[in-house]
Amino acid sequence: MSPMSSASPVPPVLPMSPPMPVAPDTTREGGRRESSGSNGSNGMIGTSGLIGSSVIRPDAVDKARGDFAFSSDLWAEGMLWGKVLRSPHPSARILSIDTARAQQMPGVMAVLTWADLPGDQVFGLDAKDQPVFAHDVVRYAGEPIAAVAATHPELARQAVDAIVVDFEPAIPLVDPDEALSAPATHEAGNVFRHITLRHGDIKAEGDVVVEGTYEVGMQDQAFMGPESGLAIPSSDGSVDLYISTQWLHVDRDQVAACLGLPPELVRLHLAGVGGAFGAREDITIQVQLCLLALRTRRPVKMVFSRAESFLGHVHRHPARMWYRHHARRDGTLVKVEARIVLDGGAYMSSSAAVIANATCFAAGPYRVPSAAVDGFAVRTNNPPCGAMRGFGAVQVCFAYESQMDRLADALQMDPIELRLKNAICSTDRLITGQVVGGTAPVAEVIRAAAEAPLPEPASGDLLELPGGAGRCAEYDKVVRGTGFAVGFKNLLYSEGFDDFSTARCRLDGDMATITCAAAEVGQGFVTLARQVVTETLGVTKVRISSGDTNEIGSAGSTSASRQSWMSGGAVLEACKAVADRVLSMAADTLQVRPETLRLSVGYVVSGDGIPLISLNDLTRGKPVEESVVFHHKPTDPLDSDGQGNAHVSFAFVAHKAVVDVDVELGLVRVVQLSTAQDVGKVLNPLQLLGQIEGGTLQGVGLAVMEELLVADGIVQNPSFTDYLIPTTLDAPDIVVTRLVEEPDPLAPFGAKGAGEMPAISSTPAVVSAIRNATGLALSRVPVRPQDIAFGYAKSDSA
Amino acid sequence: MATMSGIARPVSVEGVLDVLDEDPATQVLAGGTDFMVEVNYGHRKPQSIVALSRVAGMRTWQVVEDHLVIGAGVTYSQVMKEQLADLLPGLAQAARTVGSPQIRNAGTIGGNLGTASPAGDSLPILLALDALVNIRSKHSSRSLRVDEYVIGPKKHALQPGEIIVSVRIPLSDTSQEFLKVGTRNAMVISVAGLALVVDWKSGRVGCGLGSVGPTPIRASEAEAWLAGVIDWENRRIPDRDGYGQEFGRLVARAASPIDDHRSSAAYRSYALSVCGKRAYERIRRQQRQVLPGIVNGE
Repeated sequence: MSPMSSASPVPPVLPMSPPMPVAPDTTREGGRRESSGSNGSNGMIGTSGLIGSSVIRPDAVDKARGDFAFSSDLWAEGMLWGKVLRSPHPSARILSIDTARAQQMPGVMAVLTWADLPGDQVFGLDAKDQPVFAHDVVRYAGEPIAAVAATHPELARQAVDAIVVDFEPAIPLVDPDEALSAPATHEAGNVFRHITLRHGDIKAEGDVVVEGTYEVGMQDQAFMGPESGLAIPSSDGSVDLYISTQWLHVDRDQVAACLGLPPELVRLHLAGVGGAFGAREDITIQVQLCLLALRTRRPVKMVFSRAESFLGHVHRHPARMWYRHHARRDGTLVKVEARIVLDGGAYMSSSAAVIANATCFAAGPYRVPSAAVDGFAVRTNNPPCGAMRGFGAVQVCFAYESQMDRLADALQMDPIELRLKNAICSTDRLITGQVVGGTAPVAEVIRAAAEAPLPEPASGDLLELPGGAGRCAEYDKVVRGTGFAVGFKNLLYSEGFDDFSTARCRLDGDMATITCAAAEVGQGFVTLARQVVTETLGVTKVRISSGDTNEIGSAGSTSASRQSWMSGGAVLEACKAVADRVLSMAADTLQVRPETLRLSVGYVVSGDGIPLISLNDLTRGKPVEESVVFHHKPTDPLDSDGQGNAHVSFAFVAHKAVVDVDVELGLVRVVQLSTAQDVGKVLNPLQLLGQIEGGTLQGVGLAVMEELLVADGIVQNPSFTDYLIPTTLDAPDIVVTRLVEEPDPLAPFGAKGAGEMPAISSTPAVVSAIRNATGLALSRVPVRPQDIAFGYAKSDSA
Repeated sequence: MATMSGIARPVSVEGVLDVLDEDPATQVLAGGTDFMVEVNYGHRKPQSIVALSRVAGMRTWQVVEDHLVIGAGVTYSQVMKEQLADLLPGLAQAARTVGSPQIRNAGTIGGNLGTASPAGDSLPILLALDALVNIRSKHSSRSLRVDEYVIGPKKHALQPGEIIVSVRIPLSDTSQEFLKVGTRNAMVISVAGLALVVDWKSGRVGCGLGSVGPTPIRASEAEAWLAGVIDWENRRIPDRDGYGQEFGRLVARAASPIDDHRSSAAYRSYALSVCGKRAYERIRRQQRQVLPGIVNGE
């Protein structure tokens, strides 16, 4: 039976409701048609609009109302729907791929495999080791093999099903420790990177020694907006790709290389991003979309299903960590030994940088004179892992903070006292030999987080007890515990990488336009850029554009807590350059010295604030434009002993957790997390609070529920039914006890990036609190109900 | 492949039965909270659909003599509302554990039965309440107990042309408890669930288990043991050391759980025994005395 033999060409199942007809050329700047304050407020309701004020996001109302156009809402006349065929096997040889039947299906306009790729077969952020389409082997379950474009998404799905691939499955390599000695699964070998860090006197011994092994499960970024985009071909062989991503230019370079096109013929535009958290650092659908569009000469749209999304992007590296801490009897740390194995999955992605972070930060924000750390990131047939909020700092923080609790126990010392005693400061050296430099208010964040008052005891309301709506709690089996943790992480890229940002400022009358390719993924660059303009140029009419990759240079990635610093810095310098020119123009006109003038609310004013000439009179129709490329101070690669000035700056954070544990059923409710964070300077209090609450909650998720379960290389729970993230009933009260504002001398406005830190120490703080409630060792996250229930039952009867 | 012939939206049960009589392959759509997930995953490819949302008669409940008849289209949110929740507190408790408010506004009791998942949250309490599933086709009608109706994991006893029109629950003087264990405090698929009903009027104990076997399970041995230790005359459940634990042990014995990505068989059995003990203690402490006023409701 021919699938489409019936008279009607209408696809056979429920038609999807037509998406919002958003013309793609109006979707710059995250899906808004107009970014210059269409709600008539410039997004500055009730604020000065200056640095330090809670400027509201220009898309806040649209997002709250469901009116915001995400990349999955894109639509173009005559567009096709793309779909990818993925490997069901974690390891197999491909004996043949037969696309004939799929090609012949009416409405199917293209079926493409590796053989159709005109350029590079492989891509990657670091090493190019990941095939766009698998050719002779597949190395993980979910690896793309073919892509189709059809006139309807269901038809595309059926065409994918009609592709016949003859596999010869092999036994997958799924154990990261075995990967170190197992036969290579890739010509580049099984070890992405091994860092041997040796610092100080590695023979040093402490009076007190504590040892432990720790494990972190595979966390997913779990963003809401699935991978999606729209590619539109041009008759000159170029292509426009509207895409949700974290870094337009690095995507562009990889896509162009695979398409065999010069970069300027591939124009990437930022579409509305529904969350990122690292999962959009690697390209996922970009090459396939462009290739399908160029082949069919029609616009092609692709939207991952939730299951595909879980298979299609990288995850947080699962970790196995062994630690031995040495201390003097007074609690002074002597040495930290560690062996860290991160499972990088089938392809490299950013594994090399993640293991560098894990190794560099392995000892925590403490003064540790001697250290011996071996960090491995290895290749297996598990799903590829890469960037996620916290980027290597999360895994080791769970381990070193667990060790600090264990050490405090062994020393019979207060765990907060122990941390304060060893807290690093700006003149101390890290275990990489680098002097911390800048600002390092570690003791301050510890003290501030610790001093938060404890919440009221649990009420009898079942909804507020562990188990929540399931009403399975028994009040007298619920035990409260408290825990504490400190963490830190680098800001910006490290190890000699120059992750510059580019920005252009154009002032025309009292209207400023900022062009900067910084990907707005929800972090708030769009408000920050506005605030920088208002602060420096004194205007409130601001248009922010992310441009396309031909209009403006790279802004670097929206990751590594770097955009406020790097793109904020680029915008600041561009605005300052414009201000300088405007002031000298005004000085010429007014016949005064430029130093006597400044900009305020649309005017050039005198030193005592008297308006002298309006910006409209001065620049309308004669726009002043400046572009800058902003760099951070250079860093060095790590040497063969893992030593070197590899990082630009660091930020520090502490959390105190309060949990209620149903010790019998093993269920947990996190009641409160109080936190203090080293932020340098508060740029936008409301957005900062959002980062702190969101990051803290993501850490709660890793502590008690979030895990992508992989069995024999196959993801077991690729859905939001089974990949559990915290709901409102799981969310604790998050209390910010202090935002420590010690300006970083290198950072624009002194502000440190704030997006990742909250996700670092919240996990170990919660687990520490569960240990406090149960007396169990709990060396693995997420902590599962059976870990508590069976452990407690055993210890109770003993 | 045939093309989709469309969505029928009759306004009466008879209209639904006519559609199904004409084409028994027509798929029945209630709240869609399971149905649409299956469509999205490509597991369900309906050729034609009959939607129940306009059948007003299926969306109400009423008292008929000494029974409560709940239309198959009654939503979890309706079940949680006062009058129905007073009559069937255990069912209301179970309904509250289902999904999010949006899901509870859409999902229905009939749909939960239609999916027939071992993890269906309303099924253990319907089992414990001795509910009957009222089934009709154009030419026949019959009633099945829940354990007759669910015959395997996501398998039920409906014949082509048949739909569930309502469930019928005896009204009595009962104490009810529902407990569900999951790894999240809301919106979670049950790892183990337990419903306990003590019927003071008829001297009967009902205990239904969810997510611990291929179908919802009746813990008959535990029911019999508890019925034997209750002092029915004085409406007392004994406050004796080890009794709650023994009930929990018997409950867990009825289960045949599996290891899967949501939990382990060992934890499921264990959690069930804890829930059994807790349900026992709760009912012992509560012992509802008063039969609330009965009003028909929407």
